[in-house]
Amino acid sequence: MTAPPTGWSDHPAARALAGRHRLRAWEPIPWLLALAFYFAFPKYLGFGTEVLVTILFALSLDLVLGYAGIVTLGHAAFFGAGAYTVGMLAKHGIWNEPITGLILAALVAALVGLGSGVVLLRTQGLTLLMLTLCTMALLEEAANLAHDYTGGFDGLDSLPIAPLLGWFEFNPLYPRTQYLYVLSVLLVCFVFVRTLVYSPFGQSLTGIRENILRMHAVGAPVRRRLVLCYVLSAAIAGVAGGVWAQANAYVNLGTLGLDRAATVLIILVLGGHGRLYGAFVGAIAYMALAHFLSKIYPTAWQLGLGLLLVVIALFARNGILGIVEAAVRRQHAPRVT
Amino acid sequence: MIFGVDFASMLLGGVAAGMVLFIVSVGLSVTMGLMGFVNLAHGGFAMLGGYAIALAMKHWGFSFVTALVFGFVLTAAVSAVLERALYARLYGADELDQVLFTIGLVFMMIASVTLLVGPENQPLTLPPFLRGQINLGIIQYRAYSVALIAIGIVIVSVLWLGFERTRLGAQIRAAVDNRRMAESLGINIARLFTITFAFGSGMAALGGGLGAEFLGLDPQYALKYLVYFLIVVAVGGLGRVSGVFWAALLIGVLDFALKKYVPQGGTAFIYALSILLLLWRPQGLFGARSA
Repeated sequence: MTAPPTGWSDHPAARALAGRHRLRAWEPIPWLLALAFYFAFPKYLGFGTEVLVTILFALSLDLVLGYAGIVTLGHAAFFGAGAYTVGMLAKHGIWNEPITGLILAALVAALVGLGSGVVLLRTQGLTLLMLTLCTMALLEEAANLAHDYTGGFDGLDSLPIAPLLGWFEFNPLYPRTQYLYVLSVLLVCFVFVRTLVYSPFGQSLTGIRENILRMHAVGAPVRRRLVLCYVLSAAIAGVAGGVWAQANAYVNLGTLGLDRAATVLIILVLGGHGRLYGAFVGAIAYMALAHFLSKIYPTAWQLGLGLLLVVIALFARNGILGIVEAAVRRQHAPRVT
Repeated sequence: MIFGVDFASMLLGGVAAGMVLFIVSVGLSVTMGLMGFVNLAHGGFAMLGGYAIALAMKHWGFSFVTALVFGFVLTAAVSAVLERALYARLYGADELDQVLFTIGLVFMMIASVTLLVGPENQPLTLPPFLRGQINLGIIQYRAYSVALIAIGIVIVSVLWLGFERTRLGAQIRAAVDNRRMAESLGINIARLFTITFAFGSGMAALGGGLGAEFLGLDPQYALKYLVYFLIVVAVGGLGRVSGVFWAALLIGVLDFALKKYVPQGGTAFIYALSILLLLWRPQGLFGARSA
């Protein structure tokens, strides 16, 4: 290439890289749709709230799995840590203000993430997978044993959550407040994650995922970055757990289980991991299918889900968004950027 | 004296459980060590094998021993087909894809068994000569547990001999230690892996049948005990028959003792111990340090 160094900034690749973080024209659409859902389907707001919480949880997993490339089977540990923080503080009459409660949930989950991340992230492969799994199982077992504080197997129900901003009641039967509240929390967390992944820090995470040896070689503090990413992701998962506990006014052992950890992994991969909107697409597709199919044909649903996973792993490794991207790229094939 | 008898019976029960853990997990260890494949569907093969054995005895009047052989052969054949058709496409793929693929496979196994046989527990009737108590000199103990220990010892001896003294075993060990070098020396890795995979799944089936008496046998079996199998493999070290054996005994005895003396919190202790062991030696207690 004979172009002078100054010409590089005009190169299509350079322009694509420099403009990656810019807001696309379509990006407000999902949020407007979510708002429209509030007015259009008042009867399905409970389901909608559940979907929004799942999106938030999947988004937190995307940070570690999709961007940093850490394969974990124990992400529900942080969801549960957040949920139990909110639940135990409210049940024992210590703290029940929702927004500060979420901050506490994030802090506790981040601490769990820090404590486990510092030691776990030294390992990789099967050992790492096993350690994440065992950590979560250990937390679940601990929550089961400390039933004086956590309610044990039955969990804690009818949590007395204070009205939002001192004004808006959380009504479990008409979850209007919950829906808008979770939507706002999701928006705040999404803006944070979006900023993070396009920052130099996010770039270095992608670098670690793609080639960890090279990142070591160029002098990046690989372990510190991974731990930080793990802690941030844990905090967001903690927020998801906390908001789930507030919206449903209960916590149980299910928030810490392998079921939840496996489901969120499936959701993220179904949507497309390493893509900001994968969590959205995956959660909506999965939850809508699960909501209508699993009640009528639970076994067939499991069979179909298994088949779907096998097909994704073998043929569509980037999920639904990956398929869409490939289709779009094919249409624009002549002008490769 | 009472404590001694108590202790001996606890040890026997734990060792019997450990033997079942070993029989199920050994195939997982070797296939994971050989191809680095994270096979979460291994418990599914144990479940399928257990069902084949239980149903063959119930509906077709197979004896316990022939049913075990039948379960072994059937599961090995099914897994060989799956390995050639599907698993082989994911060798060298991301761990994530392997995890998803095998979780999907487990879901399909669980759902198919639920659809075809039903969600309830399948009772497995032991033949008369394995029921009741047996006199061991100092104590009376359940004949079946003693038989399990004997079977386990026979299997581990045969496996050890096969692993250490046969050509195939040497090829497997070579491939676990250095796959590329083994391949360069003309060892047919693909064929080797199909054989090991089928054999390992067959062993899992055997374990599923042998352990059904105290682990139960329902569709959820495939996921319920998976963590235990994985812990045994991770603690024992990948691709090490003797490592898996000692790890299985350790976990079996510990689990049995803890369930007896600390019914609350015993499982938590096992998890905590595995975390510490894996942090101390990520390659497993008995695994070689990876280069």
